[in-house]
Amino acid sequence: MSARETFLAEAAKRILITDGAFGTEIQNWKLSEEDYAGDLGLSHDQKGNNDILALTKPEVPEAIHRAYFEAGADIAETNTFSANRISQADYGAEHLVREINIASAKLARRMADEYQAKDAKNGIIRPRFVAGAIGPTNKTLSLSPDVNDPGYREIDWDTLVDVYKEQAAALVEGGADFILIETVFDTLNAKAGIMAVKQLEAELGREVPIMLSMTLTDLSGRNLSGHTVEAFWHAVRHAKPVTVGLNCSFGATQLRPHVKALSEIADTLIMIYPNAGLPNELGAYDEMPDTTAGFVKEWAIAGQVNVLGGCCGSTPAHIAAMARAVAGVPPRKVPVLEPVTRLAGLEPFTLAA
Amino acid sequence: MTATPSSARFVNIGERTNVTGSARFKKLIMAGDYPTAIEVARQQVENGAQVIDVNMDEGLLDAVEAMTTYLKLIAAEPDIARVPIMIDSSKWDVIEAGLKCVSGKPIVNSISMKEGEEQFLEHARKCMAYGAAVVVMAFDETGQADTKERKIEICKRAYKLLTGIGFPPEDIIFDPNVFAIATGIEEHDRYALDFIEAVKEIREACPHVHFSGGLSNLSFSFRGNETVRRAMHSVFLYYAIPAGLDMAIVNAGQLDVYDQIDPALREACEDVILMRRPDATERLIELAESFKGKSVAEEKAAEEWRGWDVIKRIEHALVKGMDAHIVDDTEEARQQITERGGRPIEVIEGPLMDGMNVVGDLFGSGKMFLPQVVKSARVMKKAVAHLIPFIEAEKEAGAKAKGRIIMATVKGDVHDIGKNIVGVVLQCNGYEVIDMGVMVPWATILETAQKEDIDIIGLSGLITPSLDEMVTVAEEMQRAEMKIPLLIGGATTSKVHTALRIDPAYEGPVIHVLDASRAVGVASQLLSETQAQGFKQSVAIDYEKVRIAREGKGQSDLLPLTEARANAYAPDFADKAPTPAHPGLHVFEDWDLSDLIETFDWTPFFRAWELAGTYPKILDDDIVGESARSLFADAKAMLEKIVSEKWLTAKGVCAFWPAHREGDDILLEDGTRLPFLRQQFKKSRGRANFCLSDFIDSENDWLGGFAVGIHGIEPHLERFKAAHDDYSDILLKALADRFAEAFAERLHAHVRTTLWGYAPDEQFTNEALIREEYRGIRPAPGYPACPDHSLKPILFDLLKATDNAGITLTESQAMLPTAAVSGFYFAHPESQYFGVARIGRDQLEDYAGRRGVDLQTAERWLRPNLD
Repeated sequence: MSARETFLAEAAKRILITDGAFGTEIQNWKLSEEDYAGDLGLSHDQKGNNDILALTKPEVPEAIHRAYFEAGADIAETNTFSANRISQADYGAEHLVREINIASAKLARRMADEYQAKDAKNGIIRPRFVAGAIGPTNKTLSLSPDVNDPGYREIDWDTLVDVYKEQAAALVEGGADFILIETVFDTLNAKAGIMAVKQLEAELGREVPIMLSMTLTDLSGRNLSGHTVEAFWHAVRHAKPVTVGLNCSFGATQLRPHVKALSEIADTLIMIYPNAGLPNELGAYDEMPDTTAGFVKEWAIAGQVNVLGGCCGSTPAHIAAMARAVAGVPPRKVPVLEPVTRLAGLEPFTLAA
Repeated sequence: MTATPSSARFVNIGERTNVTGSARFKKLIMAGDYPTAIEVARQQVENGAQVIDVNMDEGLLDAVEAMTTYLKLIAAEPDIARVPIMIDSSKWDVIEAGLKCVSGKPIVNSISMKEGEEQFLEHARKCMAYGAAVVVMAFDETGQADTKERKIEICKRAYKLLTGIGFPPEDIIFDPNVFAIATGIEEHDRYALDFIEAVKEIREACPHVHFSGGLSNLSFSFRGNETVRRAMHSVFLYYAIPAGLDMAIVNAGQLDVYDQIDPALREACEDVILMRRPDATERLIELAESFKGKSVAEEKAAEEWRGWDVIKRIEHALVKGMDAHIVDDTEEARQQITERGGRPIEVIEGPLMDGMNVVGDLFGSGKMFLPQVVKSARVMKKAVAHLIPFIEAEKEAGAKAKGRIIMATVKGDVHDIGKNIVGVVLQCNGYEVIDMGVMVPWATILETAQKEDIDIIGLSGLITPSLDEMVTVAEEMQRAEMKIPLLIGGATTSKVHTALRIDPAYEGPVIHVLDASRAVGVASQLLSETQAQGFKQSVAIDYEKVRIAREGKGQSDLLPLTEARANAYAPDFADKAPTPAHPGLHVFEDWDLSDLIETFDWTPFFRAWELAGTYPKILDDDIVGESARSLFADAKAMLEKIVSEKWLTAKGVCAFWPAHREGDDILLEDGTRLPFLRQQFKKSRGRANFCLSDFIDSENDWLGGFAVGIHGIEPHLERFKAAHDDYSDILLKALADRFAEAFAERLHAHVRTTLWGYAPDEQFTNEALIREEYRGIRPAPGYPACPDHSLKPILFDLLKATDNAGITLTESQAMLPTAAVSGFYFAHPESQYFGVARIGRDQLEDYAGRRGVDLQTAERWLRPNLD
């Protein structure tokens, strides 16, 4: 079976669990600049370049993957949110993009296979998956950074497609099952990501299944480029993603109406991984695991989700609490949509059949 | 456009942002004046374009550059970017450049098999990869499809190829080519008919596809004759839309309403388009001569009714509720009257009143319905507002209308939709209405009545304590030795209450008015010199009969309280609800309005407008259907604004408390005592005498409570008031009420499935929710199961409803904002709604003790339930 088929088969049985935050976990290691830099001999300070740890201190991401699998995760998301040419340029590490992604994907693959094998030894068939994570970069195709020149763009489509393709190709090479285009604050960036994967598929001559995850920037339910959840779905449905969903944004409580909206219109699996609440005055997340789990359980019980996990501020304890909370709750059934024309500007437009 | 039968599903594509179609837009783009060019797009969207067509195909332009620049600029304008874009070019590189800039899901216009299958499919694959729907021109290697057969053949072939590579059929839009007709060349005669017939057939053969067409080609041979061109376009759409045409690139503002096209011209256009006679072209060309040279503006002016005499125009505008020209027409009428030495007031007394009398007659005879009447009133108010400065300048003592009527919602009550409707209806019928607003103390009413020489006082109220307040007003009118009639109306008022309680308090005539449609009849009879006496007498006799009928009924029907308690309802407490999943207090600062709209129960909305029937059947009702549809459309349009412009905010709070039953009281863990009332009337066939506390166990049980309110209505009401727009005012209030009810419904569902969580798997349609098929109830203080309004402050304290949901209570326990709902949650599966109805003296005394108030206070709150 292909990765998509295996994933769909598992998702039909139960609500699957993806992992939680890496950033906050890495902080716990209190790494020094030397830890980050290793012996790569890079000119820039590497402190904070979490993705490069795959090359310089792989035991850190390995331990975190392990902790999340122990907590009950079915999916490992590679630690590659910023492992693209644009973001790595800030660290003078753009030439290492391919290496970082291959190493990260291999690491996650090894962990996933290890836990799957451990279960198999005990007679349990429980596949684990690797989602190759692709962040949005810090450049946007839809918005001008210059208020006086609304037509200006810092980056163009073709460049961004190439950036994404380089990363996606390396992730797939390292063993990722899916490409997870996450934290989509600009729908056009996501569309460029989809195009990159489509081009990669054409080159590889096989399917590279996509997962898509939008992030909302205001409580009315729009992302930074202004798309509503429904408009976003219309704009990216051509990717035929394995999952579509929401991540980051706010805490679970604030996501509630938008999860419901998306679950009703998307004819694919829904994956939601919210932050652990809203940050407190000090910028830290202090929502307790059971609290977050209680919120996501509401969605599970309402039949609105297929995959759950955490984003900023979440810990293995949050993931474990979620896994416990939704164990035995039946997964959302994917709706079958009428074949009507679904267009979108910032808002959806449906043309009746 | 509106006359075309399928226009509801017809897509309006804005075509002014097309350099090949708009000389102005081309000039702007050529000059690099993008800011102004962006405004063109904005106007398109504001005028209702649902998709914007952008075309930069001009030989002297760098089309790739222009397309990219324009689309990026549009992306920065949320008002424009909210609609999908149609990227229109005959050059693929321009299309692809556009696709790289559009963030939603656009339409590509167009691709074709002109250069062969291979390139066609390559373009189609790219459209799939970019995520775009596509217009496919009926064009192949040998050329454009002209005949019906060619159109069908090419489209079927394209469909097969596209679906073969997995292109979603619903994302295919065929353009089977609209060509010029009536050119004088015989081969061209069939073009329009071929198009229509081809669309019909392709739609059968190719499921889920759509059709588009560029209309301007059709009338190409009548360039310069706008009248004929517009007529041809409208007639063509009239026949092509039912055949399957979904969208057309056309300036919607330049289409005629089919029914309003000159009949001779319309027939000639139909003859040409449908090829109904061989000499059709010659006849149209001949007829076209007589329409030549008329500009669009002149045309509009010649719209038939605009040519009528001013008096007739005013009547027409009033009957149709059209306010576009009313100020001009009123001014014209005023000038006419002034010229012959008349006074401005005569415009009101003459044409405006005459027009409103026609409206009143039509309403009275059931040929017009309330929403239309309120629209007419809006026109009337605008006209009057125009005249008032002239009238005041003359300092005339206002000529007396048919009568002056005070309308007031009594002290302690804030509900005024019904009062406003009655006010409007009375105004439409020539009465002068002094609307005193809500929460009006009796002293102010009486003072105004005496100062303003009032003929009738009308009182309104919705909540039961208002009934008492109405009695007070009647008593005070008596004390002031007034004689004028007192009208009573509002949801809780009744003929029985009026006869039993209000009428005896006042010697003048007291009349209960059942609904707005009766108000005019009652007022006119009361103020008629000939009918007044007889009418007053017949009402007095009628009310006396009611009183006599009630007199015989008394204690005999009621069980002693002890017996009623012995017959309490005993549910199976093995089934009681579990401990709430999320106990404690839950605050909802801003519930999503669009989520609430889905839960609307529309039937009461129509009832508020006195349109009888249940939704959605009411929309197809033979009698009120048309009126209901128009009202519904206006409501929908306002809802869209309410949501998109965030007029309103839905705030709510709910909580669950450990509770147990003690007799007829429910005791909360914190010591709060909630006393409830028990049915005392004799039950038959083993039915129990219900009390709400019956549904709570004597130990280890839970009670919930909630309050929701819709905030933010005031600035909009002020705006409507300033615009003399009662229609919108009432509409918004009625919608706010729907939001409040829907919020209560929605929150209750959230409580059942999640917060309390006793029914996590329930799945109900909105209809089932309206029928209350779910488990558990949410009775509200002041309603039949729990008639004591004074429990509301206790509930509000428990919920901290004022802090948490911004809802306050008046002295009569009416909630502010007006659109608000509060109540208790009972979760036992056997809990049900009932009416306490009449209670005995014994229960009143018992209740006063449990409630901790003196007998008089208890009596005041429970009066509607006492004999």
